[in-house]
Amino acid sequence: MSAAGVEIERVSFGYGRTRVLEDVSLSIAKGEFFAFLGPSGSGKTTLLRLVAGFGTPDSGRILIGGRDATKQPPWARNVGLVFQSYALWPHMTVAQNVAFGLERRRVGRAERDRRVKAALDLVGLWHLAERRPAQLSGGQQQRVAIARTLAIEPEVLLLDEPLSNLDAGLRAGVRTELVELQRRLGLTTILVTHDQEEANAAADRMAVLNEGRVLQVGAPAELYDRPVDRFVAGFLGTANLIEGVVEQGSFRAGALALPAPDAAPGRATLALRPQALALQRDGGGVPARVVRAEFLGGHVRYTLDLGEGIALTAEEPHLRGLAPIAPGTAIGLSLDAGQASLLRS
Amino acid sequence: MFLGSSLFFWLLAALGAAILPWHMQQDGVTVAGLVALGQEDPEASSALWQAMAFGRFWFWPVVAAIALALPGALPAGSAARRAVFLLWGGGLGLLAIVLQGMAIGVQGWSWPWLAALFGELDDRQFGIGLGGSLAFLGCLVMVTDGLAMRGLFKGDRFVSGAVGLLVASIALFTAWPVLTMLGQMFTPRGDLGIGASLVERVADSKIWGLACVGSNVNCGVFWNTLLLATCTATAATCLGLCFALIVTRTQFPARRAMRLLTVLPIITPPFVIGLGLILIFGRSGVVNQIVAATTGVELGRWIYGFNGVLLAQVFSFTPTAFLVLIGVVEGISPAMEEASQTLRASRMRTFRAVTLPLMVPGLANAWLVVFVESLADFGNPIVLGGSYGVLSTEIFFAVVGAQQDFGRAAVLAGIMLVVGLCAFLLQRAVVGRRSYVSVTGKGDVGLPTPLPPPVRVVAFAVAIPWAILTIVVYTMALAGAFVRVWGRDWTPTLSHFQRAFAIEWAADGRMLFSGGAWHSLFTTIQLAAIAAPITASIGLLAAWVLTRQRFAGRTALEFSLMLTFAVPGTVIGVAYILTYNIPPLEITGTAMILIACFVFRNLPVGVRSGVAAMSQLDKSLDEAAITLRASTFRALRTVVLPLLKPAIVTALVYSFVRAMTTVSAVIFLVSAEYEMATVFIINRVINGDYGLAIAYCAVLIVLMMAAIGLINLAVGSRRLGRRAAPAALPAGGRA
Repeated sequence: MSAAGVEIERVSFGYGRTRVLEDVSLSIAKGEFFAFLGPSGSGKTTLLRLVAGFGTPDSGRILIGGRDATKQPPWARNVGLVFQSYALWPHMTVAQNVAFGLERRRVGRAERDRRVKAALDLVGLWHLAERRPAQLSGGQQQRVAIARTLAIEPEVLLLDEPLSNLDAGLRAGVRTELVELQRRLGLTTILVTHDQEEANAAADRMAVLNEGRVLQVGAPAELYDRPVDRFVAGFLGTANLIEGVVEQGSFRAGALALPAPDAAPGRATLALRPQALALQRDGGGVPARVVRAEFLGGHVRYTLDLGEGIALTAEEPHLRGLAPIAPGTAIGLSLDAGQASLLRS
Repeated sequence: MFLGSSLFFWLLAALGAAILPWHMQQDGVTVAGLVALGQEDPEASSALWQAMAFGRFWFWPVVAAIALALPGALPAGSAARRAVFLLWGGGLGLLAIVLQGMAIGVQGWSWPWLAALFGELDDRQFGIGLGGSLAFLGCLVMVTDGLAMRGLFKGDRFVSGAVGLLVASIALFTAWPVLTMLGQMFTPRGDLGIGASLVERVADSKIWGLACVGSNVNCGVFWNTLLLATCTATAATCLGLCFALIVTRTQFPARRAMRLLTVLPIITPPFVIGLGLILIFGRSGVVNQIVAATTGVELGRWIYGFNGVLLAQVFSFTPTAFLVLIGVVEGISPAMEEASQTLRASRMRTFRAVTLPLMVPGLANAWLVVFVESLADFGNPIVLGGSYGVLSTEIFFAVVGAQQDFGRAAVLAGIMLVVGLCAFLLQRAVVGRRSYVSVTGKGDVGLPTPLPPPVRVVAFAVAIPWAILTIVVYTMALAGAFVRVWGRDWTPTLSHFQRAFAIEWAADGRMLFSGGAWHSLFTTIQLAAIAAPITASIGLLAAWVLTRQRFAGRTALEFSLMLTFAVPGTVIGVAYILTYNIPPLEITGTAMILIACFVFRNLPVGVRSGVAAMSQLDKSLDEAAITLRASTFRALRTVVLPLLKPAIVTALVYSFVRAMTTVSAVIFLVSAEYEMATVFIINRVINGDYGLAIAYCAVLIVLMMAAIGLINLAVGSRRLGRRAAPAALPAGGRA
């Protein structure tokens, strides 16, 4: 990893007795689009605010662009934070909001005007420069908030749930714009979100947080394909979690058996995505019984009973002419061992 | 259902007009006297009987109008047809009741032109009583029912009735008295004509004089009042801001104790501060005695006059400004300030460029609130004003003084009203248009930014000494109750309490409340207890109508309701005695006038707590009940009311407490039979009997603290809003 991005080294943080972050270490490369993903209460916003300078970690260090920023107040760090509520000042016009950060840096008036225009052009809102925030739509307000942040040319752009206050219809479009903007400027960016789809679509890499700990870091597809942990497996899409034992180089649970040559013997959990299960209508493979079939348009979701208390969810792409299997039917199930992940307990 | 139907209200009106005694009975109503049909005394008879047996023809229109409404009240026929009867019958009934009441008073015709038209009337009538009131109520509801049947208020009878009731009570107990009072300006004085006496009264140099600019005499009361209110408002707002910043933006350990300050103005009778200041800075006060003993310098009477009143008002109203400003400072979203900091603005710059501008509307609001309070304040100027007259005290002296010039009182009250209304309109403009302090309901993480060090230093330097002074003033004020004669004889004693609250045992074993204060204390508690539920119910009803219903004229109703709150207490007091000491509503000297005064003075408390609580309840809650076929009334009763319990209790207790501490309006309305605690105290103060007055104040404060404690127990303090940060960590937030 390049050292010039953001380094979070063994950061812990709490409010009084409540522990919010426990020993968090992350390394974000320069120019990378990184996401903190987690449910509410996972500590992801607190971590972002520590990077912005609101609060000091109880222990650990935060480096921005290679310099130790742990003790620096927000105004001394070169970071830009876009708030969930946008936090546009209602008593200033759009242009005044955007110019605010520049006035402090002793840029000349002409230069300042040029950069305000550039920032507003970037988000396509120059024509609204003299409006007040209250006269703008939610999407426009959000773009002004981004322009205000970009105008100071921060080293790191921090986005706190930037899309959560937008209508569902707007969200995908704004997300795409945001990613394009980030790529164009090559700006190190951290996105905080609880929406895995948002993180998947926008981020180069992401960290999944839960209860103040980082569970796994990696590219979105990598985390989806190879979750290391029950929580990660369940949080990123649907997963079948099967309790079983590893013995003699294979994982067993009821009638299921999968090769697991490298796993240590003992109790283990296996994660299997629903689309990794293939239904055999002719009955080959592991015997199973259909309990429920839900037609979801693009695919059909089956709940299967394998006996001995093992229930699995399988998904089969739907094509015209392929009738869903009726509940109660006995079928066979074939598993692709390459798609399964053994989780740490 | 019969109860509450149109027919029910028709019967009520008919009962009022035909059976019950129409006029108010001197000695109260006995059960036998209730049937007033066939009475021998015309004054004890019903309207119908007075018209039939005693030739009081002016009751025929009332009776006829009610009879006309009957077809509309019967549950038969089309709604359109019924509406016509109800509207005409009820409307004419109201008109007839009002007209006959206004036209014929204790001396026959009220207006000379009527006598000229109909000839002299050899009869008279007194104020309206039980029968008249019921007939009025019945007719009123028939009209609102008729309006609902015509499709107004979405055809909802309950809403229409509630609005009608509110409009009628505002008209009866605020608009009418105020207009009557303003009319008094035009009464001739001496041998001057109407116009000349008005001009003379208005253009009085005692009101507008500017002599103080050049020389050492007092200016006119108008300038006095304006100067005082401006200084008080400015000082109290600055102090209040310091307190609010310390409480919300620092980790000062005594923050919670400081918040208690906000309760003080509610529980403090309005002249306790003035008494405390006299005991410290007065001629025989502590400071004067020490200075005289050590340096031999006589400080004299500097506390009496502008200095003293200003000081007392700033003490009294800083907590009010503080309370308003806590909300303002807390209402600023932390994200607004954090955004500034990430844009490289230091804390100081953030404070100047973001925090302060965002607070400007709130500061202006606090300033105006205090301005109006100072304008209306009576207790402090009367105790400390000396020769420095302000409008409220001048009005008082115009009414009770040797001159007894109601015309002058009316002119002064009119001026006060205009100033008060201007401040009110300004306040609405400020708060209405530029309120930045709005809770969006959108996720808003973060904790408030700590204050920049220079601001912190200033806030502490100003607020801490002031807080200490406040405590000293209160302590001194209360200590005065426990020494024999303050300044001369410092022997500790309980004799003041004994004089006020002695209890003796009579020979037959009965308990005798022989202390001088018992009577007024019991009356006060009793009347306040009667007024509180009325205030709370009207207030909540108004709040519900204003927040939940959409109908033509809603804004007008809201505005006129708010307008009544802007009328200063002294104005209301004068207006009430002028209006209600003659028929048709002759309630001066009764408990009713005091109760009416409490209710309409304290209505803002009920309305505000109701509006606040209701805007937190989603409208879908009562809509859900209505879609399940509950009537509007049932939805209100079964869904909204239970959810509003905290607001109801708050409104109840605060209106109770405020009724006990009010003085400005009540001082005009008390009578020997119905004396109020505050008036009793102020009379002792005027007589220089500070010990007893203070002892009484102490008892009142304890009583009221108990009342406030009761609400907190009953309601509990609900935490809404942002998460609290533990002491060590000034910033941060949780996702």
